[in-house]
Amino acid sequence: MNPSKGFVSKIETFATADGPGVRTVVFLSGCTLRCVYCHNPDMWEGKAGKEYTVDELMKVILRMKPYFNHGGGVSFCGGEPLFQSQFLLEMLKACKENDVHTVLDTAGVGVVSTFEPILNCVDLVLLDIKGIDDLDYERMTQVKPSTTQAFIKACEKLSKPIWIRHVIVPEMNDSVEHVLSLANKIKSISNVEKVELLGFHTMGQSKYSTIRIKDPLEGVLGLDRHVLDHLQMTLNEALKI
Amino acid sequence: MFIFKGGDALKTNIDFASGPWQTSIDVENFIQTNLTHYEGDESFLAPISPKTHRLWKKCESLLAQEIKLGVLDIDLDHVSGVNHFKPGYILQEDEVIVGLQSDAPLKRIINPYGGFRLVESILKTYGREVPTHLKEAFEDWNKTHNQGVFDVYTKEMLTARSTGLLTGLPDAYGRGRIIGDYRRVALYGVDALIQAKKNDHKTLDISTEEGMRLKEEVANQMRALEDMKAMALTYGYDISAPANNAKEAVQWLYFAYLSAVKQSNGAAMSLGRTASFLDIYIERDLKAGLITELEAQELIDQFIMKLRLARHLRTPEYDELFAGDPTWVTESIGGMGMDGRSLVTKTSFRYLHTLTNLGPAPEPNMTILWSESLPAPFKAYCARMSIETGAIQYENDDIMRPLFGCDYGISCCVSAMTIGKNMQYFGARTNLGKVLLLAINGGVDELSGKVMFNDVPQLEEGVLNYTEVMKNFDDILQRTAKLYTQTMNVIHYMHDKYAYESAQMALHDTHVERLMAFGVAGLSVVADSLSAIKHAKVTPIRNEQGIAVDFSIEGDFPCFGNDDDRVDELAVDLVTRFSRYLKRHPLYRQAKHTLSVLTITSNVVYGKKTGSTPDGRKAGEAFAPGANPMHGRDQSGALASLNSVAKIPYEEVCMDGVSNTFSIVPSALGHDLETQIQNAVNVMDGYFNQKAHHLNVNVLDRAKLIDAMEHPEKYPHLTIRVSGYAVHFARLTPAQKKEVISRTFHESV
Repeated sequence: MNPSKGFVSKIETFATADGPGVRTVVFLSGCTLRCVYCHNPDMWEGKAGKEYTVDELMKVILRMKPYFNHGGGVSFCGGEPLFQSQFLLEMLKACKENDVHTVLDTAGVGVVSTFEPILNCVDLVLLDIKGIDDLDYERMTQVKPSTTQAFIKACEKLSKPIWIRHVIVPEMNDSVEHVLSLANKIKSISNVEKVELLGFHTMGQSKYSTIRIKDPLEGVLGLDRHVLDHLQMTLNEALKI
Repeated sequence: MFIFKGGDALKTNIDFASGPWQTSIDVENFIQTNLTHYEGDESFLAPISPKTHRLWKKCESLLAQEIKLGVLDIDLDHVSGVNHFKPGYILQEDEVIVGLQSDAPLKRIINPYGGFRLVESILKTYGREVPTHLKEAFEDWNKTHNQGVFDVYTKEMLTARSTGLLTGLPDAYGRGRIIGDYRRVALYGVDALIQAKKNDHKTLDISTEEGMRLKEEVANQMRALEDMKAMALTYGYDISAPANNAKEAVQWLYFAYLSAVKQSNGAAMSLGRTASFLDIYIERDLKAGLITELEAQELIDQFIMKLRLARHLRTPEYDELFAGDPTWVTESIGGMGMDGRSLVTKTSFRYLHTLTNLGPAPEPNMTILWSESLPAPFKAYCARMSIETGAIQYENDDIMRPLFGCDYGISCCVSAMTIGKNMQYFGARTNLGKVLLLAINGGVDELSGKVMFNDVPQLEEGVLNYTEVMKNFDDILQRTAKLYTQTMNVIHYMHDKYAYESAQMALHDTHVERLMAFGVAGLSVVADSLSAIKHAKVTPIRNEQGIAVDFSIEGDFPCFGNDDDRVDELAVDLVTRFSRYLKRHPLYRQAKHTLSVLTITSNVVYGKKTGSTPDGRKAGEAFAPGANPMHGRDQSGALASLNSVAKIPYEEVCMDGVSNTFSIVPSALGHDLETQIQNAVNVMDGYFNQKAHHLNVNVLDRAKLIDAMEHPEKYPHLTIRVSGYAVHFARLTPAQKKEVISRTFHESV
């Protein structure tokens, strides 16, 4: 019995983009960032969604275990999954016990002392790089830079494999120069296995009106697929992938 | 040389590995002792040959004309029969495999044995004169299956039929679902099969009515075998002896199948499990340098092309039930042997490759017998063909093999039977939505006002009480089970008597085990309705006659398709209960009871004929197909939806199949084709690992279907899986297209 409780905004039982294989994605509630392009603003609040005990949530996950062949498993995202660090750690341990592959989809924002214990139980890190420098970070997240560098250090110390993701927003960071400096930043991180640019999309817009917050990118259109492909190619070349 | 028990020695030029198959009819043993297993990928496959290409071009133009006209042509001079037609060709000089149902491609056969009125109405629909000699022969001189059934039907059966409590009953059309072991003709030649039947005929005891019936049937089977030989001779082939090479094996096997579709017009005329059998001959010829891979593929392409041309004459009402002119030439591919080795061969790949060489098509109904242990490259190839063509269905070999052995095949959509040893009495289905409404309406049909069952207690006024509803529901379910079994007994007694399938039964053992396949429609509607009554507040809105015409629902309730036991267990309980009630009643010829959760496309018509239900579904709205959750109610993601359906028990309960049709948008499976293939395999492994039975896989966008509805000319080959079979989207009725588009398409976030 593990009665530790945490708040879950949403569970998606079938995802293929957030890590290898077929994945169940657990959206843990709570995030201190206010990314301009956030498509889950309804998950900012730490007690959003439904409260689960570790056992209850594991029960949901284990129903999906038959589909986890060839690398599949659970991805914890959010919100910022590190926000509920204790619950996250308990969940990761439970997954390990049940032989379920885990992905942590994070921006690396949390309490530094929790990083290593958590990372010890994680199989793969999906790291969202918010900005290439402090200014860029602040512009995108609307908060001061905090623990991301410490998180990256912890990953490196424990040799955790990392997949990097970075969101491209039209007229904010959709330039070749931006992507080239991103490449330089990525080169400084070890154990990076994969790098993926994500185009800004407008699917989260309706959520802003539901929670009565003004959408910071109201009126901005989704990123053109061709622009994204071009930037991804530029990035790949710069990284020699 | 073969020595047949009590028969003459048979000669063949092929030196096969010997075994018990040489002394008695045992195709399974022949396969086990001679198979070349293949663990590789699809890279060896050959393209379409010039001959096949020319033939298929001609066929495509005929098929386009057929879609415009409804039927291309009807043979008014002959009636169905193994050897009643002159030989027919597409382009004789290019045909490596020959044989058509009638003397021209797509020219349909009149089959009056089911019922003559039906033939008259079809001919009228297509503006043809009813030949007077036929009318005389079948109305004045002969009796048909349909007449026989209606001579015996009770008033209660007629009411069940007219209200739609029991629907789609094979009482006016061929029951089908029988799979002849067409391979026997290639392996043994017809003469040996006649000899074996002669031996059986001699020994049959006729001291009982059943004994006499069987003895007469075996005599008819021998006649059909003689006709088969004579028919093949009109094409210049003598099939009295075994096939001596790959080309003959394919041709002999096809003549056997052709005999079946010349004689019978069953709803489903399935092929069985032929690919790996034929592979033995192809491998042998390839090794001996007698043919090339291109020629091997040419044989298969041309054989499959012929199967795509099989047709039956149907009424528009029938088309409304089963859209797209399906014939269910179901071929079962893959699966594992009892020895733990897979039965996948190169010809398993060659069959699927016809979907590339000839383009996607619904027939033959390619069915993969999926096992966790199948070779990975074969799994990946199947998934790729699903993504690229949408023409494949999957069924769980790991749960069927222990029950049917390793030489079974799927008939129609989901019905397993051991080839040559089982036959099925097809029983359409009962409308569970109606059963529930009868329970709520005191036994009165909600649409016609007819009394279906007497003495059903009226429910208390106001909010429906779950216990009270269940009491009535259970009572009606029991009465329906009794009525259903009796109705089926009548139908199959008469079908055996007036429209016996002697050609197909000749390719069975004389003593077969019979399965009687019952069915249910509307499982998710009723599970959700019971869940609503149990977990929310449902109040019937009754008309002056006291019939509930609608329901007001207050509060939330769990719906089937979300992996939620609170409602999934109601669905499991429902089929388990109904199966138990059916089994209380003995069946004609000691048939064994089986049950399916399968609607094919008839879910649209069932919905049309059913009033509003307590789950919030309005009168006339379509049911979900088969065992699918209701459209849009499976809100917890694709896998939760699959997990719910996987709970419906197969063994001992729904042993005639549990059909699930799954539509997913390509991007949800992954960014690139390779990832999509791997994830499709993961999904199937995960689903079948939970003892689920069947999965139709569609990988497409809703937008594509909407575009295809508006611009059919842009998508002539668009093939989609509906429920247990595939159709060309263009051949669906507007209502069916709309229903398909409204289904849940699983997306990713």
